Amino acid sequence: MAQNMQITYDIKGENTGTIKRRRIVAYIVLAFLSLLCLFWFYLLFVNATKSHAELSLGFTAVPSTHLFTNWKQLMKMPLKVLPGLANSIFVAALSAICATYFSAMTAYAIHVYRFAGRKAIATFILAVMMIPTQVTALGFLELIRKFNMMDTFWPLIIPSVAAPATFFYMKQYLDSALPLEIVEAARIDGSGEFRTYNTIIMPIVKPAIAVQAIFTFVASWNNYFTPALILSNENRKTLPILIAQLRSMDWSHLDMGAVYVMIAFSIFPVVVVYLCLSKYIVGGIAAGSVKG
Amino acid sequence: MKSKKSKVVAFNKWGYIFLIPFVVVYSIFQLIPLFTTIYNSFFENYRSGLTVIGPTFIGIDNFGKLFSDKNIWIYFGNTMLMWIIGFLPQILISLLLGAWFSDNRLRLKASGFFKTVIYLPNLIMASAFSLLFFALLSDGGPINSILIALHLRTEPFHFFSSITASRVIVGFINFLMWFGNTTILLMAGMLGIDTSLYEAAEVDGANSRQKFFRVTLPLLRPILIYVVITSLIGGLQMFDVPQILTKGAGSPAGSTMTLIMHLNQHLYSKNLGMGGALSVVLFVLTGILSIIVFKMSGFKLEDD
Amino acid sequence: MKKRLLALTMAMIMVAGTMAACGGNTDQPADNQGAANQGGGEDPGTPDPGVEPDPGVEPAPEVELVTGGDTLTIYCWNDEFKSRVTDHYADYTAVDATHGTIGDTPVEWIITPNEGNGYQNKLDEDLLNGVGIDLFLIEADYALKYVDAEYTLPISALGIEPSEYADQYQYTKDIVTDSNGVLKGLSWQGCPCVMFYNRSIATEVLGSDDPDTVQAAVKDWDTFNETAAQMVDAGYYMTSSVADTYRVYQNNVTTPWVVDGKINIDANLEKWVEDSMAMVEAKETRTHDLWSDDWSAGFMTANNNVFCYFGPAWFINYSMTPRDDDGNPQAGTIGAIGGWGACVGPQSCYWGGTWICAASTCDNMDLVADIMRELTMNPDVMTEIVEADDDFVNNQPAMEAMAKTDYTSDILGGQNPLPLYCEGVLTLDLSNLTAYDQACNEEFQKAMKDYFDGNATYEEALERFYNAVQTKHPELTY
Repeated sequence: MAQNMQITYDIKGENTGTIKRRRIVAYIVLAFLSLLCLFWFYLLFVNATKSHAELSLGFTAVPSTHLFTNWKQLMKMPLKVLPGLANSIFVAALSAICATYFSAMTAYAIHVYRFAGRKAIATFILAVMMIPTQVTALGFLELIRKFNMMDTFWPLIIPSVAAPATFFYMKQYLDSALPLEIVEAARIDGSGEFRTYNTIIMPIVKPAIAVQAIFTFVASWNNYFTPALILSNENRKTLPILIAQLRSMDWSHLDMGAVYVMIAFSIFPVVVVYLCLSKYIVGGIAAGSVKG
Repeated sequence: MKSKKSKVVAFNKWGYIFLIPFVVVYSIFQLIPLFTTIYNSFFENYRSGLTVIGPTFIGIDNFGKLFSDKNIWIYFGNTMLMWIIGFLPQILISLLLGAWFSDNRLRLKASGFFKTVIYLPNLIMASAFSLLFFALLSDGGPINSILIALHLRTEPFHFFSSITASRVIVGFINFLMWFGNTTILLMAGMLGIDTSLYEAAEVDGANSRQKFFRVTLPLLRPILIYVVITSLIGGLQMFDVPQILTKGAGSPAGSTMTLIMHLNQHLYSKNLGMGGALSVVLFVLTGILSIIVFKMSGFKLEDD
Repeated sequence: MKKRLLALTMAMIMVAGTMAACGGNTDQPADNQGAANQGGGEDPGTPDPGVEPDPGVEPAPEVELVTGGDTLTIYCWNDEFKSRVTDHYADYTAVDATHGTIGDTPVEWIITPNEGNGYQNKLDEDLLNGVGIDLFLIEADYALKYVDAEYTLPISALGIEPSEYADQYQYTKDIVTDSNGVLKGLSWQGCPCVMFYNRSIATEVLGSDDPDTVQAAVKDWDTFNETAAQMVDAGYYMTSSVADTYRVYQNNVTTPWVVDGKINIDANLEKWVEDSMAMVEAKETRTHDLWSDDWSAGFMTANNNVFCYFGPAWFINYSMTPRDDDGNPQAGTIGAIGGWGACVGPQSCYWGGTWICAASTCDNMDLVADIMRELTMNPDVMTEIVEADDDFVNNQPAMEAMAKTDYTSDILGGQNPLPLYCEGVLTLDLSNLTAYDQACNEEFQKAMKDYFDGNATYEEALERFYNAVQTKHPELTY
């Protein structure tokens, strides 16, 4: 950046040379970060194209030719890969919908209405965000057994209705993006409270919903611990359980090539979901502006 | 708003109605296990093999035992250190990217692409990351080959035998997995900022730096508080990356053992007593740190 | 500080003691007797894992078989046992991946992967909650946890007589014999290990790749260590990692991990630490984890730098020599050019194996007993398994007959390894197992790695080991 540049000033007094230089720095940093982010996908792809034996020969960055063979190998195994995909989509999608809709509703209640105990409830929800989930797992399991919900999807979906972190984010977002006047205007127009929430508020908080939907979806998609304890029927297992099952194969059947194909296969749908939702998030400042 | 108060109050019963789903689900699925956790911390209750020992009420003995072990502070230190190693670059880069993306005079091309790409590492499971890192950093792996080819080292560097390297690797993976997440949160927050404010600032002759510090940052504060708090909580609960990377050992020499990994060791024998006590301590610790951040940031729930 | 810690520990012990007393330790005498059988195994003061009162599962020898249950429910962590049953148990008919039938009885397979202790978590919860498990599988590392609990039926309760399994290797029965001397599981596999050595390195350094010459150079640990010095002089590693020899030393301990509720470190393990540290310092070996890329690099001709590994048949056939798409040894591995040789090594050991147990909730005892009889006792079926699956089976006469045939292994350069396996397996004595072995073995190796790597002194590493085991098993002291 030490080269000489002709220094000119635009009307607002900012140095265009500086802008150019900053733009170059920005591109270099962004290119580097993008490479850093995409590199891992390339590695997974390369490993998915290698046979188990090739993988055991050590690491190389050059793709091999076994992608299709690995996939066929995976399909031959007694694993319900395609039902697993459907299960994962079902659980993750419903979790994301429950978490965003109901937690946003809760945040909205705290943001808009003034009722007794409002502050106490909000503080309490924030406090509970701080409890590590690991230790409650056993109590949770006992509860699920009592409710007779073992080996069903419900214990994986219903609890996401109460997602403290999503609530907190929605609350913060509403603080910065939803003036109460909008609600009042809707009331004057005769809109019921539920209708206001569903038809006026939801569209306004769409970017925040998209953000939290992605986070919840991904977290649910990659969750292994709880599903492994709850789901045992082969037709209900989710993809992370199947990946773990592949990795616990006995030595004569262990096929790391199939493991990598399976990992690649299970990442693909989340990437699609992410790309679909990301347009709400990355639309850019200019397109955004404040709604309403 | 004050003038319309009586009218608003009439709607306030809806506040309770809107809270019902959250509160009901919450009470059943999280509150009951939570109270059980606290309750358990006063009991001796674990399994010896498949035999359940206890529960026997032992008062605060579990806490006494917990604090008589100097390791608990080391684990706390490890946790905070590895969180900071990951979080500092994360927040700085996220803010920088946020500033660049929101700077309409920089006119970055393909910013949609960049914004999309940075979140992608979060989609990779921690276990898949650890597989890849082991391959890259092994003695015969590409990183060591490069170090040797450049004559930076004469023999391979054992990354996972070095305390500093192990902590940095954990911090780095966390950074990689979460900086896109943080950037997205900040950008979503920035979407809520009225562009006319930037135009006004420009008319007043503000440069990019001034716009960022005077307009963007203050308006972003609620989201920034959210980011710091949730990252701190997530950091204190750091588990999967060091757990998988060190196979639960927190190696080398316990230098990457986090509090939750230690909790997980207690859960090996389903030790609800010690596990409960450690959870309560974690809860209090997180609470105190969160209050400090809340106070420093001037966060408050707006009054009636 | 120390005093307070001591006081606290004392308090904990007293509480634990009270617990044991309250726990209704009615079969205390039986427990002591068991301990005597084991050569001083379990501490009578330690809460006995097998005493929680649960009516209906009193292991009386003359129990009527409970039969005619709805479904035969089988818990396991992968497909290995399922494929053995499908291929070699004639009465089993597969319906789909996790269902089948034996006669009129439907069979359901509940497969939970091992990862993150998932299998044991699932099995524990379901055993404790009386979910109707009939048959479940266990591995040696944690066998005693299930064997020492009343949730596992004695083999005698299934109507199986000791004479029926007399041909099985003693070590496979040691592993699943509870602290009262009651046998509670059976295995179809034997997994005796031998030492696999790199023939080209042996020729270069020892002058010959003949198994007898090599055996003479590794016949005990002192000779083994002298040979290691020769290897490093020639530019080779003796073993790939300290983890390679751990199993060998550990399988030959003369005292158990826990004596009278106190963690006990056997002299042979102390010797492992001492020998390993000397080897690491002399660069004769390294500290890589098992299954890491660096550890397995010695399987490849491109590296050709590790003199020996220890392992059973499955290890040389699949792990050291992975198969390509056609099932042939992968090009580039030492196994593909027949570059390995086998000899007994300094001491014998075993690695791996799966045991079949009947759950106390079993209501298809006749079927479980029949599966056990067919897969683990029927010589015809077992010979079939050897031929079809390359397993080393748990039948001494059958394996010794196989050893006398002209079977040779291409991977081992035309050597017949079966006599070696048959020889080593007879010397194994695994009566010193405890229910704490999994935690102790894992934590001991993790802690000592810090010592070998120079990240901790021996005392610090030992302290870390004790702490970790006590966290996992609060009832133990040190």
